[in-house]
Amino acid sequence: MNKRQYTPKERMAIQRCKMVEQDAAARAGNFKEVNQGLAEAVAIEEANRCIQCKNKPCIAGCPVAVRIPDFLAKVAEGDFAGAAAILQADNALPATTGRVCPQEKQCEEVCIRGKGGKGQPVAIGWLERYVADWGMAHASAPVPPATRTKYKVAIVGSGPGGLTAAGELARIGHNVTVFEALHAAGGVLRYGIPEFRLPKRIVDREVANLEALGVKIECNVVVGKTITIDQITSEFDACFIANGAGVPEFLRVPGENLKGVYSANEYLTRINLMCAYDPQPGRTPILRAQTTVVFGGGNTAMDGVRTSKRMGSSRAILAYRRSRAEMPARAEEVKHAEEEGIEFMFLVAPLAILGDDKGWVRGVRLQKMELGPPDASGRRRPVPIPGSEFELECQVAIVAVGTKANPLLTATCPQLKLNKWGNIEVDANQMTSIPGVFAGGDIVRGGATVILAMGDGKRAAAAIDAYLKTK
Amino acid sequence: MFEVLRNETLAPQVHRMVVRAPRVAKARQPGQFVIVRLEEGAERIPLTIADADPVAGTITLIIQAVGLSTQRIVAVQAGGFIRDVAGPLGKATEIHNVGKVVCVGGGVGTAVLFPLAAAAARAGNEVTTIIGGRSAPYVILRDELAQFSKEVLVTTEDGSLGVKGFVTAVLEQILNDPARKPAEVFAVGPVGMMAAIVKLTRAANVKTVVSLNPIMVDGTGMCGGCRVTVGGKIQFACVDGPEFDGLAVDFKELSDRQATYKDHECKLTGK
Repeated sequence: MNKRQYTPKERMAIQRCKMVEQDAAARAGNFKEVNQGLAEAVAIEEANRCIQCKNKPCIAGCPVAVRIPDFLAKVAEGDFAGAAAILQADNALPATTGRVCPQEKQCEEVCIRGKGGKGQPVAIGWLERYVADWGMAHASAPVPPATRTKYKVAIVGSGPGGLTAAGELARIGHNVTVFEALHAAGGVLRYGIPEFRLPKRIVDREVANLEALGVKIECNVVVGKTITIDQITSEFDACFIANGAGVPEFLRVPGENLKGVYSANEYLTRINLMCAYDPQPGRTPILRAQTTVVFGGGNTAMDGVRTSKRMGSSRAILAYRRSRAEMPARAEEVKHAEEEGIEFMFLVAPLAILGDDKGWVRGVRLQKMELGPPDASGRRRPVPIPGSEFELECQVAIVAVGTKANPLLTATCPQLKLNKWGNIEVDANQMTSIPGVFAGGDIVRGGATVILAMGDGKRAAAAIDAYLKTK
Repeated sequence: MFEVLRNETLAPQVHRMVVRAPRVAKARQPGQFVIVRLEEGAERIPLTIADADPVAGTITLIIQAVGLSTQRIVAVQAGGFIRDVAGPLGKATEIHNVGKVVCVGGGVGTAVLFPLAAAAARAGNEVTTIIGGRSAPYVILRDELAQFSKEVLVTTEDGSLGVKGFVTAVLEQILNDPARKPAEVFAVGPVGMMAAIVKLTRAANVKTVVSLNPIMVDGTGMCGGCRVTVGGKIQFACVDGPEFDGLAVDFKELSDRQATYKDHECKLTGK
């Protein structure tokens, strides 16, 4: 136990720690994790930067309301087991969120240490990761509850929303079955987020922990096709739909079906889920290009462009139609990408993908943009600059401009009320228009984040438990 | 794990496999497919469900071993296992009683055609079937199709069985004969064959349904790798298909995209 006591002045004098990172030039050529984690002494000192302020804005800034000051206090004392117990009680997937949450827009944005212009917030995300990893290394597998209820709950999708709900419900003692459409559990954590941001051993461990709790996971079950929601409601007492991100949007410009144009979903799935980075006979193939251009400005675009660099592109270019300030991507990813030699082209929009006479991508035609007045999203709208068109040579183009709701499940369940974009409508308790059927994550929100899906899963689990008690 | 119950050779490199997959068997309708992944690390391969027995809980797959992954799948003997079978995927065939229909199958496409032709016959249509292959051993399912077809016409490229030449020549004769001209044509086979058929049926103004098998990864609409242009719009074969209005399909683009990974290893690195 670390007994060092800090005076308030000493506490305020501690500078925010630095994350140990894999060397940028080396990591641009491998898939190993970029962030190497904090050392124990560094974590303890960083946690001592928390002044245990009265209003605790960080808790309100967290979509799953982790008791951040409480777990930081334990870390500050060197009581990692105590910290892990608090963290794990509030957050089903802390090793994941510690790595992929946009902390700078959540807990850390509102941290009082970051206020006043020159201050820097406590590194809550890095400490969350430290404690979660410590927990995984030291804790034994979770023990299922001694008694089970008589209730059966089905979860559709094993992404962050589904896994969170499954864990919460299994801990209460409900009998939980998760249906996953793909051949491996994890959803976007498996097929979407690359190894260098979220090692798959973390996902494996989270899934194994749920199975140890008694959660049954059935892969290769495509709800809406293999079984329907009607079948689920006749066999289960409640259901949570968290089937995820849906159908990729394309650019609607000429040349989009040329060989060498991928949706980010396809590119990342081939590499992350299907391990195309490791060429072996019988493996899923992937195109490797000298120059790759990725369209978009979000986390998926960042994952795509950084992955293409690791797949051997000497130029990996992110083309975004707004400016840096409007990029939705996580700040740390942008910093990492720049260090890795990713080229950013801001204020450019695609006009066409250009092909050669054999149908292969040979480049893209772009138009320069300038920022006009704000649009519906509150961000300044990009406006084309006439006469500014230019061509950029590339062999692979990746489209990462968002997704729309996948009708695969909802088409076979007409009673499910949808909004005009095809997303499922829910009430404040995540319940859909069908009693006992709840939904959350991207199928409700459109494209969102891991932590928001987890928040939905947590809220839905509590509501499902309450609903079951009324049955 | 999905147990292989039977595995027989129908033609050179073409196997008929019966696999235990009770949920798929129960839900399956003609025209749908499954995604099969033999083992950890293997590709996901889309395969049409040729037949299903919901009572026995089995599905029948007819597989042409064209590449390493399919060769490995057909090497699994009865009693062996396939790691992943997901489905049934895609839309079911829309079958109406339109009177006369002609079903055209080329090579292993005949396996995909089989459930469509059977469903067309069940709906009360008079079914004429044309199947073709490189030579006699490559002509599959002739007897099975004969059970519900008014006639089964066979073509082989070398003339070793039936008419020498391609299925298109036989189809053209039927389209030109007012007494035999169908209200609808179903065509499944290599992209070039389907494109050639559509050329004929467009001239004859006959509705034509084709079943497409483009490159696919997840099979649930998530990746868009299987996109095809139909009537000027992007469609995903996995969720919007696999059957489409043949007269509206951009076959040139489809054929191009099919070749994406023909020699992918060195294509773009310039090695």
